[in-house]
Amino acid sequence: MNGGKAKLLIRGGRILDPGAGVDKVGDILIQEGRIAALQPGVKENGATVIDAKGLIVCPGLVDIHCHLRDPGFEYKETIETGTLAAARGGFTTVCCMPNTQPPIDSRATVEYIQRTASLTAAVRVLPIGCVSKGRQGKELAELGDLADAGVVAFSDDGSAVADAALMRKALEYCRALGLPISDHCEEPSLAHDGVMHEGWVAARLGLRGQPAAAEESLVARDIALAELTGSPVHIAHVSTRGSVDLIRKAKARGAPVTAEVTPHHLTLTHESVMSSPSLPDELAYDTDAKVYPPLRSADDVAACVEGLRDGTIDAIATDHAPHAPVDKLCEFDDAPGGISGFETALGLVLTLVHEGKLELATVIEKMTAGPVAALGLDRHEGLAGLGSLAPGAPGDVTIFDPDAEWTVTPERFASKGRNTPLGGRVLKGQVVMTISGGRQVFAREKVTV
Amino acid sequence: MPADLKDDREGQGGTAILAREPPTALPHPAPGTWRHRHILDLDDFSPEEIELVMETTSTMKEVLARQIARVPTLRGTTVVTLFYESSTRTRSSFELAGKVLGADVINIAAAASSVQKGESLVDTVLTLQAIGAAILVMRHPRSGAPYLASRHTRASVINAGDGWHAHPTQALLDLFTICSHLGDVRGRKVVIIGDITHSRVARSNLWGLSTMGAQIVICGPPTLLPVGLEGPTGDEEGSKLALPPVEVETNVDRAIADADVVMTLRLQLERMQSGLIPSIREYCNLYQVTKERLAKAKPSALVLHPGPVNEGVEISLDVAHGAQSVIEEQVANGVAVRMALLYLLSRGRA
Amino acid sequence: MTETIIMSSEDMRRAIMRIAHEIVENNRGCKDLVFVGMQTRGVPLAERIAGGIAEFEGETVSVGALDIGLYRDDIPDVGLSIQIKPSDIPTNIAGKRVILVDDVLYTGRSIRAALDALIDYGRPERIQLAVLVDRGHRELPIRADYVGKNIPTSRRDDVQVRLQETDGSDGVLLITAEGE
Repeated sequence: MNGGKAKLLIRGGRILDPGAGVDKVGDILIQEGRIAALQPGVKENGATVIDAKGLIVCPGLVDIHCHLRDPGFEYKETIETGTLAAARGGFTTVCCMPNTQPPIDSRATVEYIQRTASLTAAVRVLPIGCVSKGRQGKELAELGDLADAGVVAFSDDGSAVADAALMRKALEYCRALGLPISDHCEEPSLAHDGVMHEGWVAARLGLRGQPAAAEESLVARDIALAELTGSPVHIAHVSTRGSVDLIRKAKARGAPVTAEVTPHHLTLTHESVMSSPSLPDELAYDTDAKVYPPLRSADDVAACVEGLRDGTIDAIATDHAPHAPVDKLCEFDDAPGGISGFETALGLVLTLVHEGKLELATVIEKMTAGPVAALGLDRHEGLAGLGSLAPGAPGDVTIFDPDAEWTVTPERFASKGRNTPLGGRVLKGQVVMTISGGRQVFAREKVTV
Repeated sequence: MPADLKDDREGQGGTAILAREPPTALPHPAPGTWRHRHILDLDDFSPEEIELVMETTSTMKEVLARQIARVPTLRGTTVVTLFYESSTRTRSSFELAGKVLGADVINIAAAASSVQKGESLVDTVLTLQAIGAAILVMRHPRSGAPYLASRHTRASVINAGDGWHAHPTQALLDLFTICSHLGDVRGRKVVIIGDITHSRVARSNLWGLSTMGAQIVICGPPTLLPVGLEGPTGDEEGSKLALPPVEVETNVDRAIADADVVMTLRLQLERMQSGLIPSIREYCNLYQVTKERLAKAKPSALVLHPGPVNEGVEISLDVAHGAQSVIEEQVANGVAVRMALLYLLSRGRA
Repeated sequence: MTETIIMSSEDMRRAIMRIAHEIVENNRGCKDLVFVGMQTRGVPLAERIAGGIAEFEGETVSVGALDIGLYRDDIPDVGLSIQIKPSDIPTNIAGKRVILVDDVLYTGRSIRAALDALIDYGRPERIQLAVLVDRGHRELPIRADYVGKNIPTSRRDDVQVRLQETDGSDGVLLITAEGE
């Protein structure tokens, strides 16, 4: 992961580093696992040359929200398979959520993850620790010990920190640690076991829905608590217009709030539960479209896109949530939620660029400098410059072809999770090579070396 | 024998015609326009198909009226009833329907939550296919379960009720019952009263009645009316995929005014989450169909209930047993409707 | 395709009258006779035969209708509707002499189904068959007792009976395929 000794020279690509305001054709040299120089005409001197002509070269994508399922659910995914999938998706840093078994609420589990990652991971893995012991939402976990062990944030993701008093205590405690809390905003009594968005599709399908207010009420609460404590709160996977509006107003007031959105909440609506391209003539009840927070209305999707455009939302995060096929092959109510998203993330968000709804620079910024800033990742040791191509930054680079068309084929995913509603869909924009810490961790056959 | 009646049996006489158009006459009956492999809901039934079910049901009623109610139509066909929710009424209705048609009927009462208790739904369905089930009649507590089943079996699936979502055979027998009294439902006002959110009977009736041209009003306490009934707003394209448009009322006296049909729903005590209504007493005060309330409907209005009736809750005892109640006919018609569907499913795939 | 009128309206009237006479002659009167017409065109034919008997014998014989849709074994064949009408056998046929009436006798499978259906209604003393047209090509050992006209046909031909009651006019047409 750290320190490939080889020199890599990426030549002639369009270098796009929106965090640093860079957008120009040029060369990048990586040596000793770090970005060495960024200018045209760099000398080769025994470097491996990668021809990136016609391709986009950006900082390695950073995913601040994913589920690697390891330890405890290795049949769904392992650190090894998950990071391989991440690399295929162009990600060089992933932050894994603590709803493993055992959950990441103790130093021992953090160290397990770090050890396993150092031995088997294709890319950098940064663990996120639990807010509460066992993710039970009752007592604070040993946040200080976890911070010392190396977690980069706290979350009880999978669940909300439902108890307001506990969230307040956690935020106050974190003032001393300088780490943010990422909240999965889903108020349990309002959500009341709803399995999809509460709206006309749920009414048609006879499924219990959860209203947008289940998310918004906790977003509002978390903003109030962040302002009360002065401690930063990060809103995970925003999905509704109301949430975006609350965050926008909070930021305007200077509240310490950041937010992320998933590629699927930027592009898919609750209709995906009802209709699937592979089942044109019937109600699909597609469990691959079951996710928390649920896919919402077209208006909510538009609001999220707008939120990215105007900076209300800081980051795109995949919430990669793999499940084994047998887990999803059941009645809709009983299926676990989650979409396997690493390998489709970039292609899916580029749809918005191709449709003219977002600028390419915006999208890349929200997948590089944006997430790094949201969680303050570059403040950690050895991670200065993360998410950028500045000299000295980690040697993480993603090279992609924004126009390559490809068909989503879940059976060929590197992830063990094939659960995606995008199977068979044609996307435009594909990762060609991923370089992590100066090593090529993924290369599609067509790249010439 | 009169002289002009020759025995012309062996002749070939007649005038030859070289005709382009067929003679002016009705054509031979067209092949059946039945294209359903499964019966999962009424949302994809055309009015002609519903008519076909109604006609076939009349024929089946005649069979049931015979001294020996038995025909050999489905001999050699195995019908399996797979009920994940207990129900004496619907299951025995299907069982009788199958047996009158000469089918072999197997009843399976399956454990409710397949996830916890062993065999998954898909595995069960595959097993039943292996033992030769041609028609699978399924009732399941989860919406969408029969759709999942239908994708993993060659058998035909009839949905006998899935979660809150659909109960097409009930809606068809309700339609048949109404039409046998009123002729048809075109332009008639049908009011459906009760716990709409959790009612698969209501949803399937919305499809069936609106396809046949009825004017529908649904009525119930606001906490028991589903969110999103008005369909997609803004620029969502799926308006044709939403439930058909209906009038929504929370005041039962307004809803029932001049109604031709009053359909009451069971207050589903077992499915209703606590706290959606403050008490049964309040529900009865506000929504029970009493004789006084019923008087606001047309004098000829029919009263229906899918059963089992919570007497004294959804309807008062005197209405349940009164002259306008057709609740018992619904049950009798249920067997005939289910016979018609079994027949059409097995014969219609020509 | 060539269409030939095999029986005109007059031909049909005479044949039906003759059949009516033959039935009464063979059964030595009308006692215990019941007509059962096969849906669809057998029913008006049965009514016409019964009408003829009423004319010359002064006796009313009851007429019922039988739909064999639930008894067929050949539904998958093209051209056969899955629509089935109710049957209506107004009297108890046990011990009676049933005259089954159909428009065209061809393979005999419809009659086989009709016999099964009739026996489900009760045990008649006798069942006889009257048809307007017999076009040959039996696939089962079935024969008609009373025939309006025998018409030799090939399997590719079609014989269509038109009745005033169902089609607006009377006539029997033979439609032969090209190149006969």
